[in-house]
Amino acid sequence: MTILLDPTNERTIAGRTLTARPPSLQGKVVGLLDISKPRGDVFLDRIAERLGRMGAKVMRYTKATYTKPAPVDLRHEIAVKCDVLIEALAD
Amino acid sequence: MDDRALEMSWHYAIETVPTLLRIERGTEVERTVGWNRKDWEALSGVSGLGPSLPAHRPGCGSLSVDPDKADALAARFSGGKMRSRRIELASLEDEMESLFDRGWTDGLPVVPPTEVRVHRMLEGTRRAPDEIVAAVPPDLAPASVEKVAINAVMAGCKPEYLPVVLAAVEAACTDQFNMHGVLATTMPVGPVIVVNGPIRRAIGMNSGVNVLGQGNRANLTIGRALQLVIRNVGGGRPGEVDRAAHGSPGKLSFCFAEDEEGSPWEPLSVERGVAAGANAVTLFSGEGARCIVDQKSRTPDSLASSFAANLRSLHHPKLVLVFDAMLVIGPEHARVFRDAGWTKARLRAELDARLQIPWADLARGAHGIAEGMPEQLRSETLPKFRPGGLLLVHAGGNAGMFSEIIGGWQSGPGGSQPTTKEVRS
Repeated sequence: MTILLDPTNERTIAGRTLTARPPSLQGKVVGLLDISKPRGDVFLDRIAERLGRMGAKVMRYTKATYTKPAPVDLRHEIAVKCDVLIEALAD
Repeated sequence: MDDRALEMSWHYAIETVPTLLRIERGTEVERTVGWNRKDWEALSGVSGLGPSLPAHRPGCGSLSVDPDKADALAARFSGGKMRSRRIELASLEDEMESLFDRGWTDGLPVVPPTEVRVHRMLEGTRRAPDEIVAAVPPDLAPASVEKVAINAVMAGCKPEYLPVVLAAVEAACTDQFNMHGVLATTMPVGPVIVVNGPIRRAIGMNSGVNVLGQGNRANLTIGRALQLVIRNVGGGRPGEVDRAAHGSPGKLSFCFAEDEEGSPWEPLSVERGVAAGANAVTLFSGEGARCIVDQKSRTPDSLASSFAANLRSLHHPKLVLVFDAMLVIGPEHARVFRDAGWTKARLRAELDARLQIPWADLARGAHGIAEGMPEQLRSETLPKFRPGGLLLVHAGGNAGMFSEIIGGWQSGPGGSQPTTKEVRS
């Protein structure tokens, strides 16, 4: 019989439920996260404009670089201040 | 006492049979090795022992230190120091297939990481099995020396390679190298490992003929072990966080040694601040290598111009300052610079001078090509590489007037920066 040692991190991924989708964005705080890819700001400017017309309050955030995960402080700030988050990913 | 399982012999480190021990309250207080009537009588307090035996016999080697058995005994009786989950395979399960089925391989078969093999691998370092080496992206899972050893076994490493693998894991998982980004990018890059110092020779690495190719166990398995750690400990798998559009063969393994002995210049590690004679790895986020052919240049000016012309087109002739590069200079090319007395600094300065690109060749739309540099960076000329963005390494076979370019990825603090770590034993 062969016994092997597990090469993985042996972690169990914690399950998290998604926040319920708000029925309307009226009066909600919507965070827009620019990951710093070129022209992501152009996309988010337009989204901000449209969200404003829908009665949402828009908060803008930017990652220092798109190549690294968002710093934990930024993630925390977004989680505390926003009801909804939209992330612009593409060039 | 029946010690056919050799458990007592192993725990009391018996090397010779017979050995007489005196144990008081579970602790050994005295021992005598081999048969010597006087010593045995003194130790036991019993007289007239072994009347038919000669007064002295040296004894013979214990089975517990037999080279065929020692590793298995050590794994069995000291297995507690290895904390990873044990996975029992069914007797009809094929070992190789079961490793594929569990998703632990890079597409090639791996060596099954049994307790004995992992124990043997851990003998390659003085570091404790439970020491945490790094938090491995993308899951930022802690990798212990033991987890690295398991993956090194799977990659096919020998125990003496383990210190190099550990240093490579440490370097890859720094914020400076940014393994998360190197893994996640749509570009075809992976960690390229350059090894410097006497350990290259000690473990039989290749820095000569076919240096970037197949056939050398140390080169190939060290690079592969790092990638398996990222896959199995970090959770970085193609199609998941790894979004490479094409990838490259180097993402299986890309590791080689610098030819320091034949080089006209100081080693890469020394240039990067490591003491001469110390062992080090330098990690560079690179794609596959491509060849510079120049069989005519006999002057350093001509050859530097050849290098510059090839480097200029890296990734795109109209993109500058975005990507680093590693230039692996072959011995027959290096000889041209050596004969002319060019230092590495001189060569770099000459390349920089030749790699100032006029704006007219870089602007978006210029030459009918939409790709190019944005207007806000407009300048009369722009350099192809940022300062420090071109690494020079000496390696390759003695015949062939060729060098190799390994193109990089997003450079600088916002991307990946070359990272050097000393190898700890």
